[in-house]
Amino acid sequence: MTSAQLQEPNLSTPVPEESERTPWREYFSFSTDHKVIGIQYLVTSFVFYLIGGTLAELVRTELATPQVDFVTREAYNELFTMHATVMIFLWIIPSLTGGFGNFLVPLMIGAKDMAFPRLNAIAFWIIPPTAILLMASFFVGPASAGWTSYPPLSLITNQAGEAIWILGIILLGTSSIMAGLNFLVTILKMRMPGMTLNQMPLFCWSMLATSALQLVATPVLTGAVVLLGFDLLVGTAFFNPTGGGDPVVYQHMFWFYSHPAVYIMILPAFGMISEVLPVHARKPIFGYQAIAYSSLAISFLGLIVWAHHMFTSGTPDWLRMFFMIATMVIAVPTGIKVFSWVATVWGGKLRLCSAMWFAMAFVSMFVIGGLSGVMVASVPFDIHVHDTYFVVAHLHYVLFGGSVFGIYAGLYHWFPKMTGRMLNEFWGKVHFALTFVGFNMTFLPMHILGLQGMNRRVAEYDPQFATINMICTIGSYILAVSTVPFIVNAVWSWIAGSKAPGNPWKGLTLEWSTPSPPPVENFDVEPVLLTGPYDYGSSPPRSVKPAAMATAAAPVTAAPKPEAEIVTPPPSGDPGEGSSG
Amino acid sequence: MNVPPSITTLLIGILLTLASLWFGQHNNLLPTAASVEAANIDRLFNVMVAIATGLFLLVQGALLYSLFAFRKRKGDESDAKPVHGNVPLELVWTAIPSVIVLWLAIYSFDVYKSVNSFSNLGNTSMAHTHHAAVVADASTDSALEGEAPAAVTLVADAPSENLVIDVTGLQYAWLFNYADSDIVSGELHVPIHQPVALNISAKDVIHSFWVPEFRLKQDAIPGQETHLRFVPNRLGSYPIICAELCGAYHGAMKTKVIVQTPEDYQAWFQSRQVALQADQQEAAQRLSQPGEVMEAHLASMGLQPEALTQAATQAHQSHLTIPEPSELSEHVNSHAALATAPTILNHAPCHTCSGIRQ
Repeated sequence: MTSAQLQEPNLSTPVPEESERTPWREYFSFSTDHKVIGIQYLVTSFVFYLIGGTLAELVRTELATPQVDFVTREAYNELFTMHATVMIFLWIIPSLTGGFGNFLVPLMIGAKDMAFPRLNAIAFWIIPPTAILLMASFFVGPASAGWTSYPPLSLITNQAGEAIWILGIILLGTSSIMAGLNFLVTILKMRMPGMTLNQMPLFCWSMLATSALQLVATPVLTGAVVLLGFDLLVGTAFFNPTGGGDPVVYQHMFWFYSHPAVYIMILPAFGMISEVLPVHARKPIFGYQAIAYSSLAISFLGLIVWAHHMFTSGTPDWLRMFFMIATMVIAVPTGIKVFSWVATVWGGKLRLCSAMWFAMAFVSMFVIGGLSGVMVASVPFDIHVHDTYFVVAHLHYVLFGGSVFGIYAGLYHWFPKMTGRMLNEFWGKVHFALTFVGFNMTFLPMHILGLQGMNRRVAEYDPQFATINMICTIGSYILAVSTVPFIVNAVWSWIAGSKAPGNPWKGLTLEWSTPSPPPVENFDVEPVLLTGPYDYGSSPPRSVKPAAMATAAAPVTAAPKPEAEIVTPPPSGDPGEGSSG
Repeated sequence: MNVPPSITTLLIGILLTLASLWFGQHNNLLPTAASVEAANIDRLFNVMVAIATGLFLLVQGALLYSLFAFRKRKGDESDAKPVHGNVPLELVWTAIPSVIVLWLAIYSFDVYKSVNSFSNLGNTSMAHTHHAAVVADASTDSALEGEAPAAVTLVADAPSENLVIDVTGLQYAWLFNYADSDIVSGELHVPIHQPVALNISAKDVIHSFWVPEFRLKQDAIPGQETHLRFVPNRLGSYPIICAELCGAYHGAMKTKVIVQTPEDYQAWFQSRQVALQADQQEAAQRLSQPGEVMEAHLASMGLQPEALTQAATQAHQSHLTIPEPSELSEHVNSHAALATAPTILNHAPCHTCSGIRQ
């Protein structure tokens, strides 16, 4: 019903030349505008990034020396548990799917809003109270059994905090399912007339794959923590061995969601990189279809690899072998993406702005996380490094070097579109340099720690690891400092930055064809597809006019465009063309 | 993206391959290898490092090169030459990784089989373990009677038989029970070149038995038994680390595995048995007031006596049996039995135990 209303062409309202800025009160209201909701997600989640980062700095400060001398052992366990919970559920997932997904998907497919605007607003407004609830658990002693919350440990430590944690996960999972459903329907049903799936920007493909995962996997996590809650509060024995329960069953259910969760956290970032690279390389994305379909392949394979987190849990041999092979196969579609990105950059005319620096660093850092990922997929090797700092290094290369670098690339790229203001490029590059150095200094040495025998989730460690840990801690402080130029830059630019034109990067996807920030309902005039999303450098025959924009401002009153005028060559192009210097 | 087969490309390729192979062999990233299994796993690791180094250099090299070679020139506002794809190239970078990962999966499977020769594949292995336990049983009996040192006979006569040891993880210690003897140790003593089979279980929460120098790890799960087998092949003392978060003192849950010559092992085994008999009597007297002993024992572990009550209440609520008083006194009893090893709990010397002995 809502979608039907939204599809109606808006004939009566006069079209303003420059869109007005959204009044600030709007951002604190139950707005159903997808752009407002997107920014609500982004700002809220960034606040929790800072909170999660503070927890991480406390963890690293404790680990600066081998002894327990900064916080108590109990507090240490609470810190890293809440660090992971906040970073995953309140920062990366909400900012990537909720934030960028909301802001960009309707704009990119030429829709006026999401399919279910009120559901969208509800999905967001579940998050702040839940987040406050989770933070409030610090008053009663928060969950301290790790974000994995394995029973029986999770049943006997900080039970009040654990109960709050379970409630929080259920609520955040519900929000995530709502968002996933909304994206799926929006992408499948609300594309502008004439835009086939194969003409969508790649970010929409990655959101399609992400939403499918959210819908399929999240209910299983919810089921797992509901049962865990029964064991905790009512005294059932689903997972409690003293009552005949099996703690390993919890691990299966938990990882059935939590491995796909890794792809929920990286696929949207993949999509954003596929958007950012072509614009700033002034070159079409290399292998559109391969990148699009590899997202779906990763999404599917991601559902059948969960037990690789359980190679030391006493799982049967055949199961270990199956999950090892399935996991390694994911390297193939992921490799396709990485090689395609490199080929996109190769031979381009790179505009090295902050967004491009972060995007290229994303590829570079993600490769390290991907390679160590294949290594830990190998059962015999994983048995050595499981639950060590090697895994900590691997996961941070994927989720920080991957997801967070992707988020930053997206923020620098779309900030002008979102706020109508340009970010300062100099401070953007300072931010990048500090982040890149701090990140690698913090996490690269952790590979060695894990291989040499340092287990994870410990407040104290063997003195032989003291030097490397000190390096990691110093790196983490650089990382903390690196956020300062970004915050100052973002706040200052939002208030007083130079005005952004509608299309500062000369991008071809639809969001650049409307003013910055986009007006309510996104397009002043009905958008019309004139080129594919990545037809940079095309000679005149490929598009209508030599310097064609993605859309022409077709007067609303004009007759609908005949099919023939919608020139959208298949973005993957013909192979014959494929050659460059 | 048409890479010409020029001399430069060829040279870069050769250099990249050589660098990868060299780093694969000379990375020195793993600690000392002290078991037969470790050697196989290290070879696998080195191969993976070589492949990863090659791919790493390829991608990072291409990105770095692009950063300099394809930078936008000042004043050039035109777009780059459009290239939408290249099917042969895309097929190549789909096919090569596919072949690599499939080969790596098969190779890993091979290594896994060699490492995990006993494992939990089926009934045969269980029967085998059982048989070994019977052998150990018989030999221990004879040792108790002061006859030939049985455990060593086991080593010398049948090195392929497993030395079976029951491993129990509990917050926050490992206990090693030598099969069908009463010997309980806080440190794992094993003779070199002797296949060792561990039956691993947990009393309270999940722990994980890890010896980095053996490259082996196995979770200890309450309510079920897991297994690990290894053949130590290097004398020395190596850390046993708990790798699964098990509570506040998780980081302190450490002990040692001591790989000894058969002679040293035999001496240790015998001394332990002698001490066992003497101490059992003495400890029985001392333990007439279990509450007092337990409190002192907890204090030595760095815990408040109230913590015990609290933990017991919590455990009761969640129907767990962790620190039931009877079990704790049993635990203390096992300490008392260890006359020559006052450091069963590696994180804190057990003063209570030394007290009992004096």
